[in-house]
Amino acid sequence: MAAEKKHAAYICSGCGLGERLDIDALEGVAKKDGKMQVVRTHDFLCSQGGVAMIQNDIDNDGVTHVAIAACSRRAKTEAFNFPTTAISRGNLREGVIWVRPDTDEARETTQEMAEDYVRMACAEVKAMTQPAGNPNTGTVKTLLVVGGGMTGMTAALEASKAGYKVVLVEKTGALGGWAAKLYKRVPTREPFKAPQDNGVADLVSQIEADSNIKVYTNATIAKTSGAPGRFKVDIAVESGPTVTEDIGAILQATGFNLYDVNKLPQLGGGQANVVDQAGLEALARAANGGAIKRADGKEVKSVVFVQCAGQRDTSGEHLSYCSGYCCNTSIKQAMYFKDNNPDIDTVVLFTDLRTPGNGEDFYRSAQNKGVIFSKGVVSGVTASGGGCTVKFHDLILDDKNAQIDADLVVLATGAVPNSGVNIDNPVDAPAAAPAEGEAPAAPVVEEKPISILNLDYRQGPDVPQFKYGFTDSHFICFPYETRRTGIYTAGPVRRPMDIAQAQEDATGAAMKAIQAMENAGLGKAAHPRAGDLSFPSVRLEGCTQCKRCTVECPFGAIDEDEKRFPLFNESRCRRCGTCMGACPVRVISFENYSVNTVGAQIKAVNIPDEFSEKPRILILACENDAYPALDMAAMNRNEYSAWVRAIPVRCLGSVNTIWITDALNSGYDGVMLMGCKHGEDYQCHFVKGSELGRYRLSKVGDTLKGMNLETERVFDMEVAITDMDTLPKKINEYAEMIQGFGPSPFKGF
Amino acid sequence: MSNMNEQMAAKYKNNFLKEIEEQAEMGDWVKMCMQCGVCSGSCPTNFHAGWDHPPQEIFMMIRAGKREEVLTSNSMWQCTSCYNCYVRCPRKVPITHIMHGIAEYAYRLGLAPKMQPSLHLSQTFWNNATKHGRVNEVQLTQSLYFKDGIGAGIKKAMEMKDVALGLVKAKRLNIMEALGGGHKCKDVDGIHKMLAKAKELEAKRKAGKAAGA
Ligand code: SF4
Ligand code: SF4
Ligand code: SF4
Ligand code: SF4
Repeated sequence: MAAEKKHAAYICSGCGLGERLDIDALEGVAKKDGKMQVVRTHDFLCSQGGVAMIQNDIDNDGVTHVAIAACSRRAKTEAFNFPTTAISRGNLREGVIWVRPDTDEARETTQEMAEDYVRMACAEVKAMTQPAGNPNTGTVKTLLVVGGGMTGMTAALEASKAGYKVVLVEKTGALGGWAAKLYKRVPTREPFKAPQDNGVADLVSQIEADSNIKVYTNATIAKTSGAPGRFKVDIAVESGPTVTEDIGAILQATGFNLYDVNKLPQLGGGQANVVDQAGLEALARAANGGAIKRADGKEVKSVVFVQCAGQRDTSGEHLSYCSGYCCNTSIKQAMYFKDNNPDIDTVVLFTDLRTPGNGEDFYRSAQNKGVIFSKGVVSGVTASGGGCTVKFHDLILDDKNAQIDADLVVLATGAVPNSGVNIDNPVDAPAAAPAEGEAPAAPVVEEKPISILNLDYRQGPDVPQFKYGFTDSHFICFPYETRRTGIYTAGPVRRPMDIAQAQEDATGAAMKAIQAMENAGLGKAAHPRAGDLSFPSVRLEGCTQCKRCTVECPFGAIDEDEKRFPLFNESRCRRCGTCMGACPVRVISFENYSVNTVGAQIKAVNIPDEFSEKPRILILACENDAYPALDMAAMNRNEYSAWVRAIPVRCLGSVNTIWITDALNSGYDGVMLMGCKHGEDYQCHFVKGSELGRYRLSKVGDTLKGMNLETERVFDMEVAITDMDTLPKKINEYAEMIQGFGPSPFKGF
Repeated sequence: MSNMNEQMAAKYKNNFLKEIEEQAEMGDWVKMCMQCGVCSGSCPTNFHAGWDHPPQEIFMMIRAGKREEVLTSNSMWQCTSCYNCYVRCPRKVPITHIMHGIAEYAYRLGLAPKMQPSLHLSQTFWNNATKHGRVNEVQLTQSLYFKDGIGAGIKKAMEMKDVALGLVKAKRLNIMEALGGGHKCKDVDGIHKMLAKAKELEAKRKAGKAAGA
């Protein structure tokens, strides 16, 4: 970075800006208030000529910092791309002329708005440095896949096909996972009418023949340390030495276990002639196309399948979700019987038959083969006369005492994810020792989850979980991303799914893992700021060791060093700025985003005196959803108040309370905070960022009271990217309310 | 007739679905119903008023082996053949046809409800139409009016007298039909022969099915 700084501002008069605004006055503002050494205007700044003008100043005139006053920072990013130069953008188009009426009365306030955005852009760029990229990079490009089932094998093969080395770790003695235990699988091809080969042997032979893939069986992960691009992973191999592998990114495909059938005694769980779906696969494999026999050797002549056994349970006792694959599985298993002998009675008792994908064709095929589907809720399965009696409530005929006798009952029990230790709620309290003289308590059947990744991160050994123990991921937008950078989960550990979905998932997650390795090697951020070169740095001299940053970082990027100071792992960081927002002494910053870059913009705004009747409202808008929503409102020409001045923030989590108190102290009349939805159905791109930010900001009320200001002056708003029509209305309502309060008493101080 | 009923019951033992599949016209579609209820919801007859069971339920009962209840129910006779359900069924189950198929089978077994109005109409219409090869509207109306006794018949006839007179004036009704006159087809014998042959063929086909080819 050049020692000499030279600041330049470029003001565009294209896109109608020249007609709506006094460009000469803006030029004056940039010179006088913005203190820019170079100020130029152009009537089409994003054109080749305009860009060449800027480039020429950078190349030949020593310009190091560029403030562009034109369109939104989200527009024309390719044109205004000067990699060595710090750049700020004053949003005159989407932020001003597109949201203001083109009338004579509005002209003055519109011009004031534009002048403020020019001041803000100048102030921001002066507080910025162009980031050089994370220096602590690692360039390992090997993918670790944990779990050798369908998901893991598919991920390994896909990564290898893309040219990457893979280490595949499987805890059992052989690859294949659950799929290997299946006699056949649900069809994946036209005409979707009959079960097909489980496909495991084919994948295994492909893996064995692939020189890019190194397989460890009977192996587990003893320790994972490091960061994307430079993980060190200790692999404990049964009856052998522990091996350490250098790894670039990790894909966890640890799958699921079946819900324990013994927890369902009322449905016959534990009885001799009642099996779960895995139990039936074992019987079918033994029969190998012949007549299926029970454990006692009797040929099965009648079989009842009970769907949703211990699933979609509302009592809270069993699984409350649907595992997604089990309806198709029961259809397939019923066909095992019908294909062998059409006279075998096969009844599937369901409440809703859910056959995603092409399962509908498969379902029809089973009906054609004579499988009977009855809508009913099973109330009990009892042993009777060498078989079972299934009692159920027939929901179509509303017969509460319906019953069927069968030789064998199959329970569709569903899947429980193998996601390791729940780090937010670890079940590791040791059982209380029995008191003197008492018999020791019966051994606890409940298995204590064993860590899968054994991360040596301060925040715990596994990836955080979400609902029902599935690993956390941004469900809608970024499904494979976990809350640990460079670590991806795929398959049924992430959400309930079948083999076909798991294989698709594996491919997607492998591609994301590759992207993460590549970005890590270049010192760039992973999703959602993919390619960002900035990273947080901390002035340890000022740190009070309060630990807020280490606790709040949603991605477990910050460890602690021996002296208990925060130790940033830049490659694990997503650049959300939550740590920066959390730090009470404000010693955390990014080169191009800091307490100063935003603070300087807040201060740059011209605050008219209390007699002007021109309130000023600060908007801090999340750049992921709220700021784009503002831009889109502008594209639709949805007008809003001229009193607002909007500043994009990386995440609500990065909002430091000092910005709000500073704004109020310097005479702003109100502050609107716009961030993504948080909680159970969060939309926050940084998962926890908006939640943490909101919690922090909920404390601002006391400050306001202390300042004798109405607490409503600070307004926290949930904004989704689709809110472009409602957002302007809400801004206007808020602006009216603020006007009703009268001017802030802090103006002019 | 009841003899045939016993025979069939014995032949299919507990497998009523199979019986319907093999014996009732279009019965092999019953298994394809997915119990969505669209048919019952689409039926304009407001079956709650008169139907024992809506079509969806009939299909479920067949699968549940409720032989007696299905075959003696009035449901199949209530269907007006509007085809609403048929066009809406997501499984393309030919519901209307199945309803008639089951109705006809129940009739053959002697289990159809006695004096069920649609059944009565069908029989009356058939006898009337095949007698002369053309429908005798006056006699058909008479036999329907007088189905519940002389008194009820006269009452009904008086109620409808204005309509009848209007039809006569417009030459839409021929009074001579009351006496067996009116229009007839040219070759009544030919029609009778044709129908006899058709009946013979169908009886043969059904007997073959019942015997279990
Ligand atoms: S809180 Fe965000 S910016 Fe700070 S270290 Fe964690 S991921 Fe990086
Ligand atoms: S939040 Fe700030 S003061 Fe607290 S430990 Fe982190 S860097 Fe230090
Ligand atoms: S609409 Fe078709 S599939 Fe649905 S209940 Fe009726 S017959 Fe069955
Ligand atoms: S065809 Fe018959 S069963 Fe179907 S909707 Fe019409 S009246 Fe109802």
